[in-house]
Amino acid sequence: MLDSVASVRDFAFAARETSALPIRFEAVTFAAGPTRILHGVDVTLVPGSPTVLMGPNGCGKTTLLKLAMGLLTQIGGAITFAGGPAPAGSRAIVFQKPIMLRRTAAANVAYALRAAGKPADEANVRRLLDLAQIAPLAARPARRLSGGEQQRLALARALACEPQVLLLDEPTSSLDPASTKLVEDIIAQVSASGIKVVMATHDIGQARRLAGDVVFLAKGRLIEHAAADRFFNDPVSEEARSFLAGNLVI
Amino acid sequence: MDGATAFDLILSGDRTLFAIVRLSLTVTVLATLLAAVVAMPLGAAVALTRFPFRNVVIVVLNGLMGLPPVVVGLMVFLMLSRSGPLGEMGILFTPTAMTIAQAILVAPIIAALTRQLIEDLWTEYRDELTAMEVGPIGRVQTLLWDARFSLVTILLAGFGRAAAEVGTVMIVGGNIDGFTRVMTTTIALETSKGNLPLAIGLGIVLIALILAVNALAWSVREWAERHAG
Ligand SMILES: Nc1ncnc2c1ncn2[C@@H]1O[C@H](COP(=O)(O)OP(=O)(O)OP(=O)(O)O)[C@@H](O)[C@H]1O
Ligand SMILES: [Mg+2]
Repeated sequence: MLDSVASVRDFAFAARETSALPIRFEAVTFAAGPTRILHGVDVTLVPGSPTVLMGPNGCGKTTLLKLAMGLLTQIGGAITFAGGPAPAGSRAIVFQKPIMLRRTAAANVAYALRAAGKPADEANVRRLLDLAQIAPLAARPARRLSGGEQQRLALARALACEPQVLLLDEPTSSLDPASTKLVEDIIAQVSASGIKVVMATHDIGQARRLAGDVVFLAKGRLIEHAAADRFFNDPVSEEARSFLAGNLVI
Repeated sequence: MDGATAFDLILSGDRTLFAIVRLSLTVTVLATLLAAVVAMPLGAAVALTRFPFRNVVIVVLNGLMGLPPVVVGLMVFLMLSRSGPLGEMGILFTPTAMTIAQAILVAPIIAALTRQLIEDLWTEYRDELTAMEVGPIGRVQTLLWDARFSLVTILLAGFGRAAAEVGTVMIVGGNIDGFTRVMTTTIALETSKGNLPLAIGLGIVLIALILAVNALAWSVREWAERHAG
């Protein structure tokens, strides 16, 4: 664990610009064919502690992250980064089910470095693998790694471009408790280094540990956006109250 | 008894048999490579671009995989015959004509399989590559590289089809002794003449070759799985 702290410090996240923040969603509506998935979401994400997206299955968390990443296009409204389009290389994402390239773990990281126009030398690759504590797996075919190992590799890959905004879609959903702790530590450090983390999670404990603010969605609508303390101790909406109480919200 | 004579022919390195096998291999390998040079980029292009009537193109491409060899032979024959549009070239009944005809036969197979392969891989990679802001050229390079082992398998499938085929080479090659006679046409001819030892010998060689090609395909896949996932 100490190792990872050291390696994060080594990793030059210094001198972050924030030309991609704040991220402003204005009346963002999204549909797939005839199905409305997001209904006029208005939310502004500011620099600082991680923003955590919460809400029941199918509420639109993944969709919101993909919109923020520019992988989907809203049918209404606008998404702006510091008032304009996102600068090149300012965003990175770890998907709920990351896809590994048909190469070794190290080659996956090297690929991401090259794609970001960063030197893909061994030291750089090594640093990112160390950060995610998967250096011993460097030479293994990435697609043969376990789900949890792949998620950590995906995190290393996402950090290769030294993003300003890191979008994480349930980054610990297939991790054991130790790896979850490890990834949470990395997220906390990445966030402390000035990278804006926006993450979806179902893990209320994790949200409590990491969140600065919580965006709560249900059925494609923004129900609540509040500071984490407020949200967990005194949720305003009925939906959030029952969600936190462990009731099914559908 | 014929079987024993056939093995004698193979083991003694019979000159006729050797020449026939060599011509077969040359024509088939060249035809497969020629087809691949055109069909692989074409397949990849269809996979990665959207244009009107794309679905029609895909259906036609898939349909062409089942082109009857004799019809391809006939088409190429008509093109290359003295009175045909390319008759001037005077290559009918030469190994060149056979190579071209087999390339035409195999190209749709390579194009259709490449299209499917690259399109499936793109569907899988799209979000990750887009998120990494990989440009169009980088995308194509990545897809071709990550599909490399499957592309080799596709090449071998094309090779197998060409190697086993009789109709096209018979029509455009003419099965001329010592010049355009290949394994399959010799087997057909010698069988009808009752010269079974040579036919059987060639049959054995042909099957061995096709088995070897499949073994190669299998080991390429196996190796790829272990080293690149
Ligand atoms: N391409 C699509 N076509 C049709 N419906 C879709 C499509 N993509 C998403 N949906 C639907 O939109 C809704 C929101 O999906 P999304 O993946 O954003 O949910 P989520 O909040 O991430 O859920 P989970 O917690 O299960 O990951 C779901 O009901 C889903 O079925
Ligand atoms: Mg999701």
